[in-house]
Amino acid sequence: MIWLTWRQFRVQAVVTAAILAVFGVLLLVTGPSLGGVYRTSGFAACHSGCAQLAGNFLAQIGVPHYHLVYLFGAVLIIVLPAIIGLFWGAPLLARELEAGTFRLAWNQSVTRERWLAVKLGVLGLASMAAAGLLSLILGWWASPIDRAAGLGSVGGYENRFFPVVFGTRGIAPLGYAAFAFVLGVLIGLLIRRTVPAMAVTLGLIAAVQIAFPLVVRPHLITPVRHSITITASAIQGMGVSGPGPDAQLRTVFAGTVNTPGAWVYSDATVTASGSPDLGTVPAACQNIGPNGSFQPCQQALAARNFQQQLVYQPASRYWTFQALEFGIYLTVAIVLAWASFWLLRRRLS
Amino acid sequence: MIEFHLDTRSGVAPYLQLIHQVRHALRLDLLREGEQLPTVKEVSAALAINPNTVLKAYRELEYQQLVAARPGRGTFVTGTLDGPLLAAQEPLRRELVRWLGKARRSGLDEESIEALFLATFRSTASSEEDIA
Amino acid sequence: MTALHASGLGKRYRQRWALSDCSLQIPAGRVAGLVGPNGAGKSTLLNLAVGLLAPDAGTVTVLDGQPGSGPAQLAKVGFVAQDTPVYAGLSVADHLRLGGHLNPGWDAAYAQRRIEHLSLDPAQKAGKLSGGQKAQLALTLALAKRPRLLILDEPVASLDPLARREFLSDLMAAVAEHEVSVILSSHLVSDLERVCDYLVVLAASRVQIAGDVDALIASHHRLIGPRRDPATLPSDQLVIQGSHTDRQSTLIVQTRHPVLDPAWTVEQLNLEDLVLAYMSQAANGHDRARPVLEVQR
Repeated sequence: MIWLTWRQFRVQAVVTAAILAVFGVLLLVTGPSLGGVYRTSGFAACHSGCAQLAGNFLAQIGVPHYHLVYLFGAVLIIVLPAIIGLFWGAPLLARELEAGTFRLAWNQSVTRERWLAVKLGVLGLASMAAAGLLSLILGWWASPIDRAAGLGSVGGYENRFFPVVFGTRGIAPLGYAAFAFVLGVLIGLLIRRTVPAMAVTLGLIAAVQIAFPLVVRPHLITPVRHSITITASAIQGMGVSGPGPDAQLRTVFAGTVNTPGAWVYSDATVTASGSPDLGTVPAACQNIGPNGSFQPCQQALAARNFQQQLVYQPASRYWTFQALEFGIYLTVAIVLAWASFWLLRRRLS
Repeated sequence: MIEFHLDTRSGVAPYLQLIHQVRHALRLDLLREGEQLPTVKEVSAALAINPNTVLKAYRELEYQQLVAARPGRGTFVTGTLDGPLLAAQEPLRRELVRWLGKARRSGLDEESIEALFLATFRSTASSEEDIA
Repeated sequence: MTALHASGLGKRYRQRWALSDCSLQIPAGRVAGLVGPNGAGKSTLLNLAVGLLAPDAGTVTVLDGQPGSGPAQLAKVGFVAQDTPVYAGLSVADHLRLGGHLNPGWDAAYAQRRIEHLSLDPAQKAGKLSGGQKAQLALTLALAKRPRLLILDEPVASLDPLARREFLSDLMAAVAEHEVSVILSSHLVSDLERVCDYLVVLAASRVQIAGDVDALIASHHRLIGPRRDPATLPSDQLVIQGSHTDRQSTLIVQTRHPVLDPAWTVEQLNLEDLVLAYMSQAANGHDRARPVLEVQR
């Protein structure tokens, strides 16, 4: 059975392995020079207060070829589940059902449950291995960039919580690959025709990949809410709704709270009672001339006891999020696999 | 060795056709005592017919003591169809020729003679079967 | 031992019953032909027998086992599906390797001999084979797993006359060699009459008649005589088909006893006439709650 699985799968396997190999070579070739920049920038040796060095390092590797490799890697990991779902998953059953060869396959001395179990097992693990390998080498290559971007995003290099980056590092891609593969298999079993099954699989994977980071991921763990009373000396400016005496106060700029590598949901000014309605702009803050003093305005704003409220996920939760995401996708994949077995036994031909 | 053929349009059961062909070959001396008949598998493959049909024909020939099966070796001819049967043919033929002349003189054409012969042949054959 | 035993078997596709109330007992050691018009339920019955379909009513056992219930049952039954599907992208040799890996009882030497006998190129992709060669490859796979029962669904329907003859000839040689029971379907009686010794006529999703071929032939007659009401026939003569002119009646009857009435001219039926009589009876809706006739040798 394993022989047959391999024999029917080897074209896809070879193509996928070739893509991975080309990408691997690309990373291996550019990796050492990236490491060189990392060391010469001084950021590699820095252990505390490195935000400036990190910024310099990211600025230095802002040259197109590093950024292209960085983006190419991200895109590859993002499309990998779609490729797996499309070319590994969807045809697995659809092609057999379409060509009628299931009648040949399921009349050998192997039950169709075992047939499916071996196929799902072997190819599911292969999907996860491919995604894992890709994630591992990209993670290794991009580790200096990720470390620097954790201290502040510069020049298109983003924090590892950023949706596009999050889904291309760690163990989450393994979950995506397993999910996409089994989803493709199930859709193939339901639709029974290869090309439509591939199209539907692609649509569903894209929808899930877009919706999950936006709709589900932020709610996985209750974020931390951190409020600081805004003191007069901290106030650097304000945002208002428009000109004129009736203008509403929107926000008060009081510097950033230092939360390196965190996933910040919002950083907003609220009243002491927590309301975002800050009222009108204080008179002291209106019509401050070019030479006027900002101090009365600062005093007036501070007198209202505004709070700076930060809602965020601390950097320390990164691996919890990774594990949760992996777990959710893997669980869904297992449920879909179970549904495939159930349908295979019930709906037959 | 004998080679069988089959006429599916004749309406005669295939096993009977095989029996007739063996008997015919024996009469014409195409098949002699001690010679081997093709194996069941060979006949089945050659004619694309059910092996049970061939077996049935061979069993019937065995029953008629014309052939004998030797386990593991095949089926061999053991009997002949000449002798008394052949000797009896000539007087019967002469009688038939006389009868045919009579029928023609009575004004029967070829077709009528054939119909009369076949109808009589069948009815006597089936009534003898019933008696048996 | 029965090759196939169905009892009240039925299969429904949405609202339409493709097979209904099918009760049937095909003995082992036979080459059983399943004949009927297209859409009569032949494929449905055979797919139920190999476990590719699950029944909606009744039961079916094959060689005393539940179809497709496990590796042991699967190993006992070889199946050549309609249009003899093979993997287009796999070579002939790959198909043999597939059979070897998936069947514990695989007879590699036999498979090899057959491929040589058929002069198939082992490196040839199965998708490039002719219809006849595909059918022969599928038959090789089904035979080399050494089944005790071989089920073939319209194996020769799409083959030219020569390929058809070669396929049936090889099938019969295998039956003689390995003593395997066979159930095969066809919509053409002519495909079956040489090879079958047991016949099942399936029409309008029901079994019309089933029995030993010789016994069926012996028990059916065409009666030709002066016009007569079929109701006046002896009770042991069952009319399958009748046609009447103002002077003459032509009846096809089934009876276990000789027809002695001198008014009738009695003719033998060949298998094709017999099958056609039952098919047209089914088509005309002559469904008189007649118990399904089982004629045994």
